[in-house]
Amino acid sequence: MAAPMLRLCCPGRRWALACIDGCSRHRRGAPNGCTSSRRRGQSSVAQQPFITAQKPRKGEHEWAAVVGLEIHAQISSKSKLFSGSQVHFAAPPNSLVSFFDASLPGTLPVLNRRCVEAAVMTGLALNCRINKKSLFDRKHYFYADLPAGYQITQQRLPIAVNGSLVYSFCAGKNRSQVINKTARVKQIQLEQDSGKSLHDDLRSQTLIDLNRAEGQLRVDANISVHHPGEPLGVRTEVKNLNSARFLAKAIDYEIQRQINELENGGEILNETRSFDSKLGCTIPMRDKEGKQDYRFMPEPNLPPLLLYDTESLPAGADPQQVIDIDRIREQLPELPSVTREKLVQQYGMLPEHSFTLLNEVGLLEFFQNVMKETRAEPKKVTSWVLNTLLGFLKQQNLAVSESPVTPSALAELLNLLDRKAISSSAAKQVFEELWRNEGKTPAQIVSEKKLELMQDQEALEQLCHAVMEGHPQVVMDVKKGNPRAINKLIGLVRKATLSRADPTVIKEILEKKLAS
Amino acid sequence: MQFDQSKCSVLKGFVTIKDGCAHVVPAAAVDLYFCSVSPGPCGGRLSTRTMLGRTLREVSAALKQGHITPTELCQKCLSIIKKTKFLNAYITVSEEVALKQAEESEKRYKKGHSLGDLDGIPIAVKDNFSTSGIETTCASNMLRGKGYVPPYNATVVQKLLDQGALLMGKTNLDEFAMGSGSTDGVFGPVKNPWSYSKQYREKRKQKSHCENEDSNWLITGGSSGGSAAAVSAFTCFAALGSDTGGSTRNPAAHCGLVGLKPSYGLVSRHGLIPLVNSMDVPGILTRCVDDAAIVLGVLAGHDPKDSTTIQDPVKPFVLPSLTDVSKLCIGIPKEYLTPELSSEVRSLWSKAANLFESEGAKVIEVSLPHTSYSIVCYHVLCTSEVASNMARFDGLEYGHRCDIDVSTEAMYAATRREGFNDVVRGRILSGNFFLLKENYENYFVKAQKVRRLIANDFVTVFNSGVDVLLTPTTLSEAVPYTEFIKEDNRTRSAQDDIFTQAANMAGLPAVSVPMALSNQGLPIGLQFIGRAFCDQELLTIAKWFEKQVQFPVIQLQELMDDCSSVFENEKLASVSLKQ
Repeated sequence: MAAPMLRLCCPGRRWALACIDGCSRHRRGAPNGCTSSRRRGQSSVAQQPFITAQKPRKGEHEWAAVVGLEIHAQISSKSKLFSGSQVHFAAPPNSLVSFFDASLPGTLPVLNRRCVEAAVMTGLALNCRINKKSLFDRKHYFYADLPAGYQITQQRLPIAVNGSLVYSFCAGKNRSQVINKTARVKQIQLEQDSGKSLHDDLRSQTLIDLNRAEGQLRVDANISVHHPGEPLGVRTEVKNLNSARFLAKAIDYEIQRQINELENGGEILNETRSFDSKLGCTIPMRDKEGKQDYRFMPEPNLPPLLLYDTESLPAGADPQQVIDIDRIREQLPELPSVTREKLVQQYGMLPEHSFTLLNEVGLLEFFQNVMKETRAEPKKVTSWVLNTLLGFLKQQNLAVSESPVTPSALAELLNLLDRKAISSSAAKQVFEELWRNEGKTPAQIVSEKKLELMQDQEALEQLCHAVMEGHPQVVMDVKKGNPRAINKLIGLVRKATLSRADPTVIKEILEKKLAS
Repeated sequence: MQFDQSKCSVLKGFVTIKDGCAHVVPAAAVDLYFCSVSPGPCGGRLSTRTMLGRTLREVSAALKQGHITPTELCQKCLSIIKKTKFLNAYITVSEEVALKQAEESEKRYKKGHSLGDLDGIPIAVKDNFSTSGIETTCASNMLRGKGYVPPYNATVVQKLLDQGALLMGKTNLDEFAMGSGSTDGVFGPVKNPWSYSKQYREKRKQKSHCENEDSNWLITGGSSGGSAAAVSAFTCFAALGSDTGGSTRNPAAHCGLVGLKPSYGLVSRHGLIPLVNSMDVPGILTRCVDDAAIVLGVLAGHDPKDSTTIQDPVKPFVLPSLTDVSKLCIGIPKEYLTPELSSEVRSLWSKAANLFESEGAKVIEVSLPHTSYSIVCYHVLCTSEVASNMARFDGLEYGHRCDIDVSTEAMYAATRREGFNDVVRGRILSGNFFLLKENYENYFVKAQKVRRLIANDFVTVFNSGVDVLLTPTTLSEAVPYTEFIKEDNRTRSAQDDIFTQAANMAGLPAVSVPMALSNQGLPIGLQFIGRAFCDQELLTIAKWFEKQVQFPVIQLQELMDDCSSVFENEKLASVSLKQ
């Protein structure tokens, strides 16, 4: 990969969030052989994981796996961590590159205040200790998309340390049992992003995009296996995982691969690997064979980052020059765990529903807006939002904000349902109509499609009568004591009403008539 | 509030400012000026006089009073640059840029809208400051290879241009400012104008018999030797150097100039191609202390592009003329009395101490006990930062790139081998060694601790009531090139930085002021080191000293033999420096 490298740049800004957790998934199964290989691998600090978890299996030698994650998340900010150039998703390559981003000699980093605030806020949300003094370091390695030859990060004294994140998952037969787990967070650090290498194998070229404002999340997973009670095994690092699904797959695969390797008398190399999402396996990265010495050194162009709280805030300090941790704490939005708890309390919602509601961006707000305008039961609303709406969204791969059905429309629909103006199945039909987004209200749709429930008791009784007349055999079956036979009659009546009658009402009339 | 005098107690309460009357022209400074031969636009100004030997302040007054126009001044300097080309002071002469700037300056003067003291003043800039549109080489094949032209101006360059200064060109240096002789750049060594001075030649005639004159030229010192030679040879009135371990003060001392290293953080480093970020400071080379103060006044202050610059606003620098030094306390660090110090410098040093004492100042011996560790500590910190800072020169984006393309790694290696000289490569190797995980604690961290001790030495001394330290700048006067190259760059740098580099470790302002000529007729400078951010006070004392010693102006008649007829020993009675 020699040669013409287009190198304009913007090392973006991101922080690496190293969190540590145990993992215990291990099953048998031979890893697929992988033949393709990838280049690239900018490496990063590998975290030594501390927690082990184990789940012994019958008839197997016990293995425990240890997993540590290094999570790179992009900060939502207008400009980059150390330069004034802008951040845009999917901007043309190298269009957002300042002289600093291009590492022109003589340029100096200038810390972006917004990024510091975001890091502090994240630290608070993750129960971290915020370091009132943190330092920046240079981490050196040569790579084409690292124009300065070093990356500015926070190795020695990061902005936040020692946090934890309690997370829950549903287990049990009906997934009704909620289990809480705690992941420890070792540190949160502000870190400059490198550029992006695009390898053109055909022309044997590497192209560099220094915008680097894409990829909201990137995770490196450090994985090792060992026998419980014995020292930790040699770890491998699977790099650049960009979705939770791939992360889980890569970890599962890597644990199993390591177990197989060791059980077959092999050994685990301390190496970096990449995950091939097509083949579902991890493969060693070519240029990461030797152990790198990053030759860390303090970044001399950035003074220590000092943060204050209400107590330590210097009198008369310019608010533009100082960052007050307590002020950021006040701005901290309600954390998801609190919101979930409230949902369960307030609406009697199942915990697993509260998770789903929060995991989808905008879904909770949608739910709450529906709740404001409807008389329907919370349970009903939850069901419609989580099953119907979310189902439609997923099917078409849309975000909540892109839903053609507005919260008000859904609320109106649920009101119709609530006052039994329409049947459930009619409601589904109305929803489908709403989804088509032809600018009609639920009421209009109901009226146009004649979907309203038959409220005319007399007419309904006549229909029931006619059905009974037409199906004497079924009536006989009922009278003989076959309890299911009445359902057939109900179905026939509904059909005759074009599904516009309430089955319970039909049942009542039929029972009365049959009994007479 | 770095310049609030209440914080800088040095001069608190006893500064005596003369009645606003301007600086008196030292008699010795006027023996070099000559007539312009180019007629003015009206064709009648044949006698327009320019004063190339004069100070910035004087020529500024002449510009304001219309005795000379910026274009005339610029053309004069350009012609001297051409005549002194053999000094190798300039890497790039930006003639067109300078003439264009002069034209604009002239328009401003005509309208009476001069931008200030620097408007129309020719200046030069060391070739490790980024200059927009003008090639910047650091005297290295690495940048020269493809002709690196920065797309932006260093903040200090921009500030000078904003004041109307004329950029004459980019001056020579040791490659990436690594050296103390200005002998180790890819464009070859800089020759010290004093090699050709009347003062030196006459002494040599007395002593030597028939030595080959031309092979015995002297080094300028370095690494800002090009800037020093440029000012010393009258090609400009002030020049920017950079100072990491003495690189401005050392050549200033050897070339008979004032060399100022401001406090770290007072002047922006943005655009200065770094040697050691934590010690680099843009330096100022001028013919007198007042000139250095004028330039510093323009350069000083916070730069949003350099997070290490002070936040507090800086007031304009006006140096009072000190008349009473009786309340000053001058410290003489005993550790600076080393065996290598030449007897001549030593005696001038004590003469200077006596001068202060005789005028009523308190002169005391002080101790900076960690001085002897300074050089080795500097070596570790400097090479480590060098290793890091040089990592960006990989041939990909700018500068030199080798022809090898079998792999990126092979391309990096060959590019860097071809692009850097031995000195730079040696420092990169050492630095990377010190930064290795296994060595970091033993070398880098220890060196940082020693640096702290060295800085604390100064704090202790200043807290004990000392206002300013007086030390030599260099071990001896400038030596001939043939002598100088007998030792390798590292040894020489270690020797030559001995008195200067501690100020960089501690971030303190320091200035070298020329005191007298040696027996050989060469300049010897002494150094004043002040408290952090008390640059104005430091310069005030330096100015007093300068006035007492009356250092002679270089006599370059022989150098400029073809225009010797226009050299006149005539005072410029017509120029009044009152404003």
